[in-house]
Amino acid sequence: MNKNSKIKSENVFKFIGRAFKEGDILTKLSFFIMGLSNLVRGQIIKGLIFLSMELGFIFYMVMAGVAGLSGLQNLGTKTQEQVVLSEPPYMKIVPGDNSMLMLLYGVVALFIIVAFFIAWKANVKAAFEAQKIKEKGGKLPSFIDDIKAHFDAKLHKSLLFFPMTGVLLFTVLPLVFMILIAFTNFDNAHQPPGNLFTWVGLANFKTVLFSGQTISKTFWPVFGWTIVWAIFATGLNYIFGMLLAMLINRKGVKFKGLWRTIFVLSIAVPQFVSLLIMKNMLADKGPINGMLESAGLISSYIPFLTQTMWARVTVLVVNLWIGVPYTMLITTGVLMNIPEDIYESAKIDGASPIAMFVKITLPYVLFVTGPYLIQQFIGNINNFNVIFLLSGGGPSSLDYYQAGKTDLLVTWLYKLTVNRKDYSFAATIGILVFVLSAVVSLIAYRRTSAYKSEEDFQ
Amino acid sequence: MSKKTRSMSQAKKTANFFSYLVLIVLSVIWLVPIVWVILTSFRAETGTYTPYFFPKGYTLDNYKKLFTDTNQFYFAKWFANTFIVAVCSCLISTFYVLATSYVMSRLRFKMRKPLMNVALILGMFPGFMSMIAVYYILKGIGLTQSLVALVLVYSGGAGLGFYVAKGFFDTVPKAIDEAAWIDGATKWQVFTKLTIPLSKSIIVYTVLTSFMGPWLDYIFVSVIMGDNYDKYTVALGLFKMLEREFITQWFTRYAAGSVLVSIPIAALFICMQKYYVEGATGGAVKG
Repeated sequence: MNKNSKIKSENVFKFIGRAFKEGDILTKLSFFIMGLSNLVRGQIIKGLIFLSMELGFIFYMVMAGVAGLSGLQNLGTKTQEQVVLSEPPYMKIVPGDNSMLMLLYGVVALFIIVAFFIAWKANVKAAFEAQKIKEKGGKLPSFIDDIKAHFDAKLHKSLLFFPMTGVLLFTVLPLVFMILIAFTNFDNAHQPPGNLFTWVGLANFKTVLFSGQTISKTFWPVFGWTIVWAIFATGLNYIFGMLLAMLINRKGVKFKGLWRTIFVLSIAVPQFVSLLIMKNMLADKGPINGMLESAGLISSYIPFLTQTMWARVTVLVVNLWIGVPYTMLITTGVLMNIPEDIYESAKIDGASPIAMFVKITLPYVLFVTGPYLIQQFIGNINNFNVIFLLSGGGPSSLDYYQAGKTDLLVTWLYKLTVNRKDYSFAATIGILVFVLSAVVSLIAYRRTSAYKSEEDFQ
Repeated sequence: MSKKTRSMSQAKKTANFFSYLVLIVLSVIWLVPIVWVILTSFRAETGTYTPYFFPKGYTLDNYKKLFTDTNQFYFAKWFANTFIVAVCSCLISTFYVLATSYVMSRLRFKMRKPLMNVALILGMFPGFMSMIAVYYILKGIGLTQSLVALVLVYSGGAGLGFYVAKGFFDTVPKAIDEAAWIDGATKWQVFTKLTIPLSKSIIVYTVLTSFMGPWLDYIFVSVIMGDNYDKYTVALGLFKMLEREFITQWFTRYAAGSVLVSIPIAALFICMQKYYVEGATGGAVKG
């Protein structure tokens, strides 16, 4: 009875081959004139749609597509020039090639070609199906029937169409564009339209990773701090969040809801408010230093965010303020699910509270929240807000290229993009961050027992 | 025997006392920054920060000036901008997220697994990496410095965030769908007449999260809007007030603006914290 059970496992190319072999003359012609089989067999509207797709594609390719593709080859050769004229305004800029636009149009052309291939395959399928139905003497579905099918058996196609278009335009296309930029020299010195940039292969990766120039002398320490930060930020938040949840869950404690709400407030306030406020409170001459000084506890200000070691500790501590309530929220429910009798029998056996925490609570909570922990780790590798809003990556360092001592790879990427326009290096770092996240989650997910087949839950 | 119980209850009392003590100390630490921003928003003395905690004088001027001093910054307008963008992108993203998650949870088709894997992989690239490319694409279609561009940016990729809602749909018994199919309902009817009414909580969650997005982002909007102050959203506007040339005059007003923005956002978040927990743990926690 299940309508879902019919899934074809044939691969695309095999299907096209079979369609060509078994197809009659109309189907075969449809390989070249899209929609022909449908048109002749009476599915006029469907046929016309396919045909207009083909015409539109040919029109696009002639007008822009071919040029776009060939531009991909070397991203422009003609540099913009200034020409001296004999009469006012005496100077004229002769526009040259714009490598950035050429790359963009090239990528768009590739996307349109892929989209066209999908449409073409659908056309072959439709042509072949129409032939089969006619051969069996059946009645071809009318256009209305086709639309109806898109709300039933083919619902996934209709529902996914708009979301997928959005993702393609605003996520995949920009991402492909940026990934390609990692293989060009689109940096500070090669900015179109004044200058051209071109393909450089893996040179950026070499420069960033192994060159020994300032940029690779920046990459490795920043990478190291990113890892240290991610480990400490995740681990400390997790432990303290769980302890806080246990404290609130204690039998003797009343007003549990009130306590929870107090802590949740710090998540609820937007980070650009709370973190910027923290930054101001922790400034060298800010209220915290001021109060400590007037209380006579310190003689000169504490460089909370202006000295490397202090700044690193400060961002970790402030991150506790942000992160502990999250873990508390998540683990509260888990803790309440632990069967009470395990603790009872442990108590009878004379287990200390610490032993019970290490042997019972921790493993249980870890088991349930394993995937959450991995997410948190990846999230912390990419924790832009805390660093950017709080320390701005500072204190800045002359040994580093455009980075400060608390900069993570992502905030460095942001600075390279916005302040320096070193797009090629930014893209390279983006890819490296991706590799890091992918490796971490691959290793972690394989080891977590909570990662079960999704079908089990249905 | 009675002596032992008394010492037991005594120990319990001390333990409770210390629990409360720790909780109170922690609560103070957690509340200080929030109290400080509220106090600052009513502070009569201008200037950035003071070396003392409680202001010397209180005033409502900062709130008034925020709306009346419109020479450089136009807070009321920013509020309206953000609200419009939030409503539009929330409508689009909610549809995108629900459609995608329903399809991935309930319908079976050849490309399902590959698409889900692609979504996972795409999510692992740092979001700011493609920021500049998005900007150039928007520039290519002539949309930069407009609210439409913001709506597109916030809702365009929303389809990728289907995991939480998919987890929810996975828990709705499939037998209901199958029964409806047998009775001759189309899949579209099952989606609109059965699944959606059954999924109020996840719809509320999706609507609220996508509504909150534009209030919190200040990066994409700064790249897209540049220096067009008229089209700013509150987050970017408030951020701008803290730049060197404005901070002395605007800091207390920044605090006032922050309070005004934080109240609705905090209220929304506290309302939906339950869904947040379910989402983050994939329904593994039933608290």
